[in-house]
Amino acid sequence: MTTITTRESADDQAVGAKKSGGFTASAANYIDERTSISGAVKELGRKIFPDHWSFLLGEVALYSFVIILLSGSFLTFFYQASMAEVVYDGSYAPLKGIPMSVAMSSTMDISFDIRGGLLMRQVHHWAALLFVAAIGLHMLRIYFTGAFRKPRELNWVIGFILFILAMAEGFTGYSLPDDLLSGNGLRIIDGLIKGIPVVGTWVSFLLFGGEFPGTDIVGRLYSLHILLLPAIIVALIAMHLLFVVVHKHTQYPAAGHTNQNVVGYPVLPVYAAKAGGFFFIVFGVVMLIASLFTINPIWNYGPYDPSPVSAGTQPDWYIGFADGAMRLIPSGWEFVWLNHTYSLNIMVVLIVVGLFIVTVMVYPFIEAWITGDKREHHVLDRPRNAPTRTAIGAAGVTFYASLWSAASSDIMATHFHLTMEGVIHTLQVTTLLGPFLAFFITKRVCLALQKKDREIVLHGYESGRIVRLPGGEFVEVHQPVDEYERWKLVSYSDFKPLMLRPNAQGKIGPVEKVRAGLSRWFFEDRITPVTQTELSRAHGDHPAEITDK
Amino acid sequence: MAKDDNGAEDVTAADSPGAQLATSAASTAVVTRDALVNPGFPPHRPRITDLDSKEERKAERTVYTLFYVSIVGSVFAIAAYMAFPIVAEDPGSVRLNNLFIGLGLTLALMAIGIGAVHWGKALMSDHEGVDERHPVRGTEPVRARAVEIFQQANEESGFGRRTLIRNSLIGALVVFPLPAVVLFRGLGPMDQDPVALLHETLWKKGVRLTMDPSGTPIRAADVTLGSSFHVIPEGLSEMGHGRLEEKAKAAVLLIRMDPSDLVEQEDRKSWSYDGIVAYSKICTHVGCPVALYEQQTHHLLCPCHQSQFDVENHCKVIFGPAKRALPQLPIAVDAEGYLIAQSDFTEPVGPSFWERA
Repeated sequence: MTTITTRESADDQAVGAKKSGGFTASAANYIDERTSISGAVKELGRKIFPDHWSFLLGEVALYSFVIILLSGSFLTFFYQASMAEVVYDGSYAPLKGIPMSVAMSSTMDISFDIRGGLLMRQVHHWAALLFVAAIGLHMLRIYFTGAFRKPRELNWVIGFILFILAMAEGFTGYSLPDDLLSGNGLRIIDGLIKGIPVVGTWVSFLLFGGEFPGTDIVGRLYSLHILLLPAIIVALIAMHLLFVVVHKHTQYPAAGHTNQNVVGYPVLPVYAAKAGGFFFIVFGVVMLIASLFTINPIWNYGPYDPSPVSAGTQPDWYIGFADGAMRLIPSGWEFVWLNHTYSLNIMVVLIVVGLFIVTVMVYPFIEAWITGDKREHHVLDRPRNAPTRTAIGAAGVTFYASLWSAASSDIMATHFHLTMEGVIHTLQVTTLLGPFLAFFITKRVCLALQKKDREIVLHGYESGRIVRLPGGEFVEVHQPVDEYERWKLVSYSDFKPLMLRPNAQGKIGPVEKVRAGLSRWFFEDRITPVTQTELSRAHGDHPAEITDK
Repeated sequence: MAKDDNGAEDVTAADSPGAQLATSAASTAVVTRDALVNPGFPPHRPRITDLDSKEERKAERTVYTLFYVSIVGSVFAIAAYMAFPIVAEDPGSVRLNNLFIGLGLTLALMAIGIGAVHWGKALMSDHEGVDERHPVRGTEPVRARAVEIFQQANEESGFGRRTLIRNSLIGALVVFPLPAVVLFRGLGPMDQDPVALLHETLWKKGVRLTMDPSGTPIRAADVTLGSSFHVIPEGLSEMGHGRLEEKAKAAVLLIRMDPSDLVEQEDRKSWSYDGIVAYSKICTHVGCPVALYEQQTHHLLCPCHQSQFDVENHCKVIFGPAKRALPQLPIAVDAEGYLIAQSDFTEPVGPSFWERA
């Protein structure tokens, strides 16, 4: 009897707490008594997320992944990952009677015989392009605002792995229709792998199940594409988001924002509405693009055949940087030594591209080592306030962009009536020198912007109003910034170059010397934030400039 | 937000326990005791929907109208599915089907999205909340307890003490995945040697050069000056199993030039026939088909990475990332006037590989 009474009273309380009505309350009670979910709601329901447009980039990535899962699942119901040969007998007349793989034929059927099939294919492909792009932009946002600093270094690495996996998903998916273009892409992969010393020939042989192209590769890539890679991606996304919850989101410097708080809107209801709504907007935009613009028209390329190829072929955008790097290698980079072939024209590409992306991955640890900064950072840097980091980023972007544009060297040559050689030579120069130039310019621009910020804090901004003083002198009235705006301009971390100090044995080790050198490189040009003293002095010195009567 | 890494009395610098670690002198962050003070939150500014009930009702109308529009979009997409069927052999019908289902879905999705965001921005409370942050690292008692648990587990199991057990376990764990690695040998056929396969193609003495893809043999007399042919070995087009693998090695480009334009090495003079030369079509860089022939300059261009080969000079590389010339197929003419191969290629075709040299 007692237990029944207790339960009833608990029910009564639940009903009493929620005035929305009997059913919702008892359903919530039913679930909570079996899942303890009220704890999660208590923890997460009013969790605060800061607002900024740049925080949406990661959301775009997440939502495109969901769109990819939805459209991809639809496609798996029709696509057949077999390289067995059939004679095409579908609705697309120009390819009728042509032998092709079952993979290609089923992709043709999705496009031409299933209503809405082409739409789902295009949604899938466009969303994949958006997925990689959004991850890339999200990474740039993280980098340039210093969001990778402690405690978020590991989450940066997880995000980086997700970026690599997204490209792997893209490439494996691109190869599945087994059309002429994707087959040539695989041919290039085969050539790349064969150029790897010692193991290359065998790796290619095992990957393709014998000689290229074989009849296994599409099925194998399919397993990776729909099972292994997505499973890893889902697990890593879960970890990535879990870390966001654990760390709480970063915020931009602003009045009231400190390293100990997070300011924004609660998950319920505002973020649920805005983020949930944003998912539908992203989905809607992808849907609109897929309804209006063709992507990967395999029916124009035809089935894979090792002999023909069309001019002006382009990989999907995210593979461009690697393809471009291959084009930039000058002639003759290969030699034979001790009866073995060393394909430098391939190894150098793999090493340089590999080093570049590994540098991206470990950058947070490098910067942390240079600054020795072990504090947690939850307030973002404005890019100008970390000039050397921003300049390094600009150099990296320039390097990537040069490689990437090299993937379109032939298109540039034909469209702008240039010589192929001229385009390649120019891009070779921009790849090597561009990053240095970008570093220099960006660093100077950042320092100039910091100086400008100081100027605005100390003397206000130019109001455009010219006043004639009693003595006949003309001055421009400067409008002071309010204290909230001012805080945004002065609140940033400031670092000094590292002073070399001998250790306990009275020695200065080579590692410390390197670190001091890097620290000098990072911080010797620095603009310090305005201090209280400077501000009061500025106010005292120039009353006419900062007051607007 | 100047931070104090010396854990001193500065208000703005009072950081988490993480900051105390930073006092280990390594950090080069500058602490300004003279820093400006965070002024706190600016005053809240109400929105127009907070002030004007007419605007509020308007926003409400917009939101529910958008949700109804979404329903219209979904119904439209279903109707389009039925109204725009795919007609066999009519690509235009595919386009309409794609377009109208897509536009219906776009409307359905966008209207939900814009409606929800508008609801959130215009009508839901816009008072910002503040959450407090705590250091990510566990509190000292929690960390101490975690260490204690590991120590206890170590003691109870003897993991650190019984080194024989521990080391043999590590050994077993290292070795046990090896069979899985070995299993992957089965990815490629057991009875084939990739290196040997890469050294041979379908070409051999007497095999006729035929057109790709029809397989029609080519008469030397039919190859006019300046023309080029995509060529496969006789019999390849009828092959069932392994056709593409063989084609990927045996594809050849046949070109007839004015014999006086050809600069031939002494030992290769007999490899051409009356200005007709045959070269492997597989790029020596990474294996794309070198399919573009510039008739005026006698250059071959690979469309993948723009390596260029000079047909006049045994297809030596004149630009691009490739290193080696395209292998030449020695050709002759049989009794009936058809072009035939004198032998297989004298070197492996296609991209370089470790065991090639």
